[in-house]
Amino acid sequence: MTTTLDHSAELARAGANVSTRWQAIRFLARRYPLGAFGAFIILIFILTALLAHWISPYDPTLTNARASLAVPGAAHWLGADFMGRDILSRIIGGAQISLAVGIGATVLGLSVGIPIGLASGYFGGWLDLIIQRFIDIMQSLPLLVMALVMAASLGPSLRNTIIAIAIPLVPSIARIVRSNTLALKEMPFVEAARAIGIGETWIAARHVLPNTLAPLIVLATAQFGSAILVEASLSFLGLGVPEPYPSWGRMLSESAAEYMRTAPWLVIFPGVAISLVVFGANLLGDALRDLLDPRLRT
Amino acid sequence: MSHSRALQAKPSAAAGGQAKPIDSIAGIAVADPLLTVADLKTYFFTRNGTAKAVDGVSFAIARGETLAIVGESGCGKSMTALSLMRLVADPPGRIVDGEVVLDGVDLLKLPEDEMRAMRGRDISMIFQEPMTSLNPVMTIGRQIGEVLTMHKTMPRDELQKKVVEMLALVRIPEPAQRAKEYPHQLSGGMRQRAMIAMALACSPKVLLADEPTTALDVTIQAQILELIADLQRKLGTAVVLITHDLGVVAEMAQRVIVMYAGRKVEEASAEDLFAGPLHPYTQGLMASIPRLGLMRGESAKTERLQEIPGIVPALYSLPQGCVFAPRCPRADDKCRSEFPPYEEKHSRHWAACWHAGEGKERAHG
Repeated sequence: MTTTLDHSAELARAGANVSTRWQAIRFLARRYPLGAFGAFIILIFILTALLAHWISPYDPTLTNARASLAVPGAAHWLGADFMGRDILSRIIGGAQISLAVGIGATVLGLSVGIPIGLASGYFGGWLDLIIQRFIDIMQSLPLLVMALVMAASLGPSLRNTIIAIAIPLVPSIARIVRSNTLALKEMPFVEAARAIGIGETWIAARHVLPNTLAPLIVLATAQFGSAILVEASLSFLGLGVPEPYPSWGRMLSESAAEYMRTAPWLVIFPGVAISLVVFGANLLGDALRDLLDPRLRT
Repeated sequence: MSHSRALQAKPSAAAGGQAKPIDSIAGIAVADPLLTVADLKTYFFTRNGTAKAVDGVSFAIARGETLAIVGESGCGKSMTALSLMRLVADPPGRIVDGEVVLDGVDLLKLPEDEMRAMRGRDISMIFQEPMTSLNPVMTIGRQIGEVLTMHKTMPRDELQKKVVEMLALVRIPEPAQRAKEYPHQLSGGMRQRAMIAMALACSPKVLLADEPTTALDVTIQAQILELIADLQRKLGTAVVLITHDLGVVAEMAQRVIVMYAGRKVEEASAEDLFAGPLHPYTQGLMASIPRLGLMRGESAKTERLQEIPGIVPALYSLPQGCVFAPRCPRADDKCRSEFPPYEEKHSRHWAACWHAGEGKERAHG
């Protein structure tokens, strides 16, 4: 499989009459409405995280005994928790944590997984065999279990959470890069590059790798969503980002058992936030996959 | 078609002294060779056995000359070219024997990093598939620039200038604009031009053209061939043209080598070869070209389009004796038991056949 980034040609084939980037975006939004919706959610999420400091009505860590378990209303739009912390502010603050974890873990996973997969696929032989057996071992454990073990042994902190989530992402990234590299290294342009005297490492990095970007973008989007979900799960289990940072997962875990019946907004709103962002990331990922993979386009 | 540039090797200080004594190699027809290939053997070692893809091929080529290597698919002509570049996939392939001497340097004895420095600078190759031989996610300009940066150090703006110059040289219109475009924005012919620009950017001494026009339509083919011939005259490049198209050979080459099942079966100047092919395989190839009168049906009763019966034998199980014997109309017991020697049958016309020149000789003269 050789998926290549061929935007303008693909757009033209799809019947788009586009000359500017803005027109192209509008065309794509109409063609992939769900994907556009996903992109919209992710955009809102990122903006929320970036502008948290300015749009947050309260300090997310500020306790207020009088507002304990306040019902959603004018003062606290989404209510307040047991310690009187504003839920909306904490969700906005939690967006920062989730974004940091999502991007951090994905980028870290990519930067480790890409070189491994590229070396494994391009150079092959013993190196490939050894790397692939390690990846087999890692992939035999579910993502969450792997992250749990990592988080438990590294200890709770934002940095460690990112590392704990990134490590289990490495195998799937390495596999994708490897499988594409295996096909790409047989392409005539690789041989043509050799024929003009370009070195193997340079060919791998500059000719093969850029051609694997399309499936990688799709994978990264999907993993961004699952990283957020795993962070929430880890925090729910008390192994994620520690207090006082507002983490969506921990907001759930703190309140789920005790307040589910008496103050359901403590559970519902963080839950909705997690679901929405993961949903959005998945929609965007699906649309990107359809857009970038000619085999799945109908 | 002009043959004026045939064999006029310019005397060169580098080539003269160290070149191999040429009389030791059978069938080399060049006095002052730029590139000498002697007894080249490239074998593939696979589970099914050893395939002798190139089996003892020798030839030489002078500066500015065009040598065509002709044969059916799978006869080892592409493998010969890849062996010269030392680009045979290893495993399963390996160059087991022979010499490839370019300007006094045996390429097969060079360490890999020195060989890599030669590729693109001294010896270059263009491929059959212009559609897939360019990296789809890199601009044309950057791909041409890459060759230059690999072999030379030059400032950025000079590099850019040289890239545009190369694109103009291969007659791509609006070269400065085209340099910024991606391969998919170019037509097949334009892409092959870009490939040629890439291959010739460092003015190599030898250009290996592996079926450069096969994937293009006929009008474009003629343009590309003309371009190669023109650049060859300008830059003095020696061209090894690999093709199965005898029309292309007639138009481009001064000398021709006919290959069959990894071996050289005939060699002559293009004129001699077309005038009187000696080997029954070459005769078969020529008889299988449609001619105008024939296609109109005027002589359909007496002469139909001839094909060579059978297929190229599997390289794992070559027949004993002459490899062409199973398909040869003139094969007898001697052919089937003993491989014919490669001999000079006429002046500067070599062939490996017990019955060389029988039958259709001079039929096309």
